[in-house]
Amino acid sequence: MFEQQLLNALSLGSVYALFALGFTLIFGVLGVINLSHGAVFMLGSYIALTLVTRFELSLGVATVLAMAGAGLAGLLIDFLVLRPLRARNAPHLMPMIATIGITIILTNVVQGISGAEILRFPQGIVPEESFDFSLPWQGADSEPLHVTALQLLIVLISFALMGLLLATMRRTQLGRALRAIAESPKAAYLLGINVEGLFLLTSFVAAALGGVAGVLIGLSFNAITPFMGQSVLHKGIAVIILGGMGDIRGAMIGGLFLGLAEVMSVAYLSSDFRDAVSFGLLFLILLIRPAGLFGSVLERKA
Amino acid sequence: MNFSLRAITSFLLCIGVAGAASAADIKLGLAAAMSGSAAQYGESIKNGFTLAAEQINAKGGINGNKIVLIVEDEQGKKEEAINVFKKLIFQDKVLMLFGPTLSNSAFAADPIAVQAKTVVFATSNTAIGITDMGTYVFRNSVMELDVLPHTVRAAVKRFGIKKVAVIYGNDDAFTKSGYDVFKQVLADQKIPVLTTEAYARGDIDFKAQLTKIKATNPDAVVCSCLAEEAANIMIQSRGLGLRVPFIGGNGFNSPKLFEISKQAANDTIMGSPWSSADKSPANVAFMAAYEKKYKKSANQFAAQGYDALYTVAEALKKLKLTGNIETDRQALQTELPKVQLTGATGKFKFRRAAPKAGKQGGYDADQAAVVNIAQGGKFVVLK
Repeated sequence: MFEQQLLNALSLGSVYALFALGFTLIFGVLGVINLSHGAVFMLGSYIALTLVTRFELSLGVATVLAMAGAGLAGLLIDFLVLRPLRARNAPHLMPMIATIGITIILTNVVQGISGAEILRFPQGIVPEESFDFSLPWQGADSEPLHVTALQLLIVLISFALMGLLLATMRRTQLGRALRAIAESPKAAYLLGINVEGLFLLTSFVAAALGGVAGVLIGLSFNAITPFMGQSVLHKGIAVIILGGMGDIRGAMIGGLFLGLAEVMSVAYLSSDFRDAVSFGLLFLILLIRPAGLFGSVLERKA
Repeated sequence: MNFSLRAITSFLLCIGVAGAASAADIKLGLAAAMSGSAAQYGESIKNGFTLAAEQINAKGGINGNKIVLIVEDEQGKKEEAINVFKKLIFQDKVLMLFGPTLSNSAFAADPIAVQAKTVVFATSNTAIGITDMGTYVFRNSVMELDVLPHTVRAAVKRFGIKKVAVIYGNDDAFTKSGYDVFKQVLADQKIPVLTTEAYARGDIDFKAQLTKIKATNPDAVVCSCLAEEAANIMIQSRGLGLRVPFIGGNGFNSPKLFEISKQAANDTIMGSPWSSADKSPANVAFMAAYEKKYKKSANQFAAQGYDALYTVAEALKKLKLTGNIETDRQALQTELPKVQLTGATGKFKFRRAAPKAGKQGGYDADQAAVVNIAQGGKFVVLK
């Protein structure tokens, strides 16, 4: 049972990590806690669902278009809401509150169009293969491990995206510019970096990541609702705080840690106390490392 | 600025006047969750009521008077339910009101109706204690306590179940109260519970709990869950190789269970006051009319809303309304408990709730449950 639970934890953790990647990217570059990330995530799911059911596109095409659609939404959110606030030097909390407003609007628009019912992708388009396998050290009579193709896909995609983001940030000119902005937008601007342009690009990429997370999670959990962003958003906030605000590795490790804490508290303690245990652990870690596992926010401020 | 404000105000006043009911209208309020996560039930409930109101009015209304349904969104929240109740009772001066959608909200808002001596009629509140709040509280939603003993007994008989595992949502009044009843029923029928697992609202991954359940090797899984959660729980169980039947309550009674879970739900046993498999003329007519109007299949929430309006219409037919709202509200409270009818949910009458701590209670549903089994993507009546 332990190995199966470990597998469950890896797949749940990857879901959290996948969501948190875009979330933490926006914070890292723009310095904004963008609470509309949950709504954009939901939007991605609905766009793909509509394209697949109404326009009968293939899942691959629908996913790419959903990424683009969600990215566009992120772009518009930055252009219409966050940029005017930046231009007026609004205090830190303002953009966060504004993104709560965007969440409410998007949720209600989607509910108005599609209704509040829980929807799912039609059967048949979703890869439904699952694999059973035994680990070499397990006895022949023990239960084999079960994993579905989608679970594997989510794990792989979230690791691949993390790798891609990290490589971009570390190794490319673009990444250098983004890191400069994260350090100080003003200084970056003075150095001739197109700060506003890169803000828009970051918003697009982060929202597209949120969108693809929405599609994948919608596919594997069959629970597409206008409110699907809310509970994952709460977990997402916990993950990026745990990992260190704005840190990409942190989002990944934080996501996996939260998944592990949740699954193991269900497996070996009690499912009644799952959130108490996992958030209690999170609290303990923050007591020891207030800036999160990989955080450098505090040092930078000091 | 000033001018436009005045223009808006007078415009709003105009709408208000135009919308006011004429003397021959009977105003009934409906507080339902039309937004927020309970909206999936609120929508069906509103549809059921609207359909019944249209049918009644099309047949000439009640003694010539038309029914006017005033629907307000209580968002599935306690605070909003209180606001909506106050608006309907004191501002719109409705004769009586239906709702709210969730038991949680009912505990907060029903006392307002009771104080105002106005009948409040719930169609979806199944928690224990709702009707203890006062003599003006009515419901046609059957308590799980009346249904689940039949369900469990039927499941045991069908599959020879000796031991079960339980999974339920522990932060929702409906699923938690369903769990409490299941626990009692399982203890009464001496069926050992191997493990009890909980999840929280909004969860989508249940594999940790299910892996644990599978390790205990149960004959069946008792699941106090809403249909959408249950569907995912079933799919994930099958994915983990857990292939035993599920036993559930009212929450399972939705087409969504099969839309989401497809064949994974097969062999699920569910007890409920309404069944889409019930071929009585009243139910067949209701389901056909519902599907024609809304282009989707009816569910239990719609059926209970639909029946509730017919129940009240039955009482109203016998009343001579005076136009004095307080007298009329009182008269309705006296007349409503006498109603008996056969609706979409079958034979229905009220049963007086037992007095608690010397306080008179309201009226619960007195109705037989149907036990169903899932076969080939739909529920059929288990014989």
